[in-house]
Amino acid sequence: MSSREAILTRIRAALADVPADEVPGDVPVPRAYRRSHTEPGQDTVTLFGERVADYRANVTRTDQAHLSEAIATALTARGVSHLGLPDGFPAELLPSGDWKWHQEPLDTEALVGLDGAITLAAAGIAVTGTIVLDTGPGQGRRALTLVPDYHLCVIRAEQIADDVSDALARLDPGLPLTFISGPSATSDIELERVEGVHGPRSLDVIIVDRTDPERP
Amino acid sequence: MSDTGNRGVVWLGAPSFPDAAREALGTPQLRANLKRATGTIRDKRLAVASELGDWEDLRDTAAAIKQRTSRHLDYYLQQLEQSVTAAGGVVHWASDAADANRIVTALVQATGEREVVKIKSMATQEIGLNEHLAEAGITAYETDLAELIVQLGDDRPSHILVPAIHKNRTEIRDLFTAEMGQWGQAAPEDLTDDPRELAEAARRHLREKFLTAKVAVSGANFASADTGTVVVVESEGNGRMCLTLPDTLITVMGIEKVVPTFADLEVFLQLLPRSATGERMNPYTSTWTGTTDGDGPSAFHLVLLDNGRTDTLADTVGRQVLACIRCSACLNVCPVFERTGGHAYGSVYPGPIGAVLTPQLVGVENAATLPFASTLCGACYDACPVKINIPEVLTHLRAKTVEGKGRTAEALAMKAAATVLDSPRLLSAAQMAAAVGGRALARKGRIGRLPGPMRGWSDTRDTPAPPAESFRTWWRKNKEGDR
Repeated sequence: MSSREAILTRIRAALADVPADEVPGDVPVPRAYRRSHTEPGQDTVTLFGERVADYRANVTRTDQAHLSEAIATALTARGVSHLGLPDGFPAELLPSGDWKWHQEPLDTEALVGLDGAITLAAAGIAVTGTIVLDTGPGQGRRALTLVPDYHLCVIRAEQIADDVSDALARLDPGLPLTFISGPSATSDIELERVEGVHGPRSLDVIIVDRTDPERP
Repeated sequence: MSDTGNRGVVWLGAPSFPDAAREALGTPQLRANLKRATGTIRDKRLAVASELGDWEDLRDTAAAIKQRTSRHLDYYLQQLEQSVTAAGGVVHWASDAADANRIVTALVQATGEREVVKIKSMATQEIGLNEHLAEAGITAYETDLAELIVQLGDDRPSHILVPAIHKNRTEIRDLFTAEMGQWGQAAPEDLTDDPRELAEAARRHLREKFLTAKVAVSGANFASADTGTVVVVESEGNGRMCLTLPDTLITVMGIEKVVPTFADLEVFLQLLPRSATGERMNPYTSTWTGTTDGDGPSAFHLVLLDNGRTDTLADTVGRQVLACIRCSACLNVCPVFERTGGHAYGSVYPGPIGAVLTPQLVGVENAATLPFASTLCGACYDACPVKINIPEVLTHLRAKTVEGKGRTAEALAMKAAATVLDSPRLLSAAQMAAAVGGRALARKGRIGRLPGPMRGWSDTRDTPAPPAESFRTWWRKNKEGDR
C-alpha cells in the first residue's frame, strides 16, 4: 500500500465515530465575527496611514496631481539613486531628476546592485496597516521588492480594504501574494525589535487620494 | 538531536521533565530571560487581542473550521492534492519521519545540489530533517535568525516562536564571532552585542546563501484545499527569500494544516499574528498556488506528513490538539513554562501544547511525565486562539498514562496503603515506623528526594517529616484517661 493510501485509510479508521453520512457542511461553523473592525463612518484611509506608520514605515498622503512630486521627495529623503522599475508602472509618474530607472526583467545580480524598488500595490488593509502585492502590473516579480534594501509603494485610496476579510475577497489566490506590514523585522534577540533583517529595511508608502470630481 | 523515537518524532526523552525542570530552575539567568520575554509578549498579545471586540467570535469560528476539517480530513487532503497538482505542484504523502526524510532527500538529490536553505519549520524539526540531510551529504542552512543562533550553537530550540529565547545578546555575539566563519561569511571582528549589529551580521552571513541557493525547504502555516494555496507567515524576510529565489521549493506540511477554503484564512490571519507576536499583522505573509511562470521556483513539491497525527486523530478527546496553529500563546502564559523554559519538555514542541501534543505523537508511554508538567490552571485554554481545551486533554492523557502503567510501585504502594489503613493495628505500627524512619530521612524537618520506588513521589515535592508521635498515640497518652 502506498503512503497515500495508508494515511487515508488510517484517517478513515480514526474517524470511525463520525457518522458515515455526515458531509463537511454538516459540521456547523458559526460566523458571528465582524467582517470589518472599523467603526461606521470611520475614515479608513487615515486609519490605514496610521497603522502603516505604526510599523515604522514612512507614510505620505497626496493626490494624483502631486504624486510625481511626492515620489521625488521620498526618493530624495532616502538618498537612493538606482531603482528597480516593474513592467506596467506608469512612466508619467516617474519624477525627472538624477534617478536611474532599471526596468524589469532583472536577474538576481542586477537586483543586488539596486538601492531600492518602486511599485504599485494590489490592495491595502486599513485595520492591520498592510499592503498586498500580487505581481500584477506595476508590482513586479516578488524578488523585486525583496532583494533591494528599500521599497517605495504607491497605493490608491480606493484599493484600501477595511479589514482582512474584504481584502482576501478582492484578491486572486491563483497569483503569488505578498502581504507586507512594515519593513522586515526580528525580535529574536531578547525580544528587542530590530527593523530590517533580510527584506527591505526601509519602507515608504504613498497613498493617492481619490480624485472625486463631485467634490471640490 | 538525531535520536528519533519509535514513531519517528525527534524525541530527546531523557532526562524526564521533572529532572530537566529541576536543572532549568537552578539557572537564574534562564529564568530571568524567560520571565522578561514571556511577560513582554503576554502584554502585547492582550493589547492587540482586546482591540478586536469580537475576539471570542473569531476563536469560535476558528475552532469550528478546524473541527470541520479534522472530521473530514481525508476529503480535504484529497481536495488539496487535486488543487495543488492542477496548479503545477507535486504532492507527496509521508507516513512517518523516515518516509518524509527519504522523500525530501531524494528530491534534493534529484536537483544535484548539496545545499538547501530553510525557513523555520516545526514539521522539519519534528522529523529531524537537517540531521538526515547531513547524513546524505547535504547541508541545510537555517535562515531564521533564532534558528541560525540555535544551529550555530549546536543547540536546541526552546520556544516555538522565539527558539533562542534562552540566550542573551552577549552569548549570541560570542557565538556569531566564533562560529559564523565556519559556515560562510564570518562575523565582523568588532561585532558588539547590540541586537541591531547582530541582525546585520546575520543579514550579511546569509545573503550569499539566499542568492546562490537552488533549493529551499519550508514548512507551511496553512494550505487551503479549495485553491491549493499554501501560506507562510514570517517576520524577517528570510521566508520570502527561500520561497522566491531558488528554483526548487519543497514544503513539508503536517496533514492537519489544511483548511477548507482560501476565505477561511481571514479568520486565521487575524488570530495568528495577534496571538503569536502581539502584532496586528506580522511583517510578511506569503501565499503561493503551485508554480508561476517567470516568478519564483519552477518546481514545487508539497510533502504531506502524518507521523503520529492519525493516531492523535483517533483519540476523540485528544484530536482537538490537531487544531493548533503554533502561535505559542500558551507557552507565554504558562506558569510552568515561564520557570522551566522549553528544553525541559524534551521535544521540539514545548510548553502546554507540547505537553499534550508530544505524548500523542510519540505515544503516551514514551512521554509519560509530560501530561503532568502543568498546574492545570487553565491559562493556556484562555489564551488559545483555536480554543484547544488543553487542561481537558492533559487530564485525559494523565489517566491514560496511569492506566497504561499497570503494576507500578506507586500502584502497589497505594494497594499496600489500603490494607494498612483498613487495620488499626497495622496503622499504628506503620505510624511508629514512619516516625522513626521519616525523621531519619528528614533534613531541617523536610523529606527531600528518596531513593527506590518512592522516587516518583519525592522527586517533585518535599514532604514534611512525620512528627515524633501520631495523633492517635498522643490521644492515648493525654486524653483517653479523661473520658
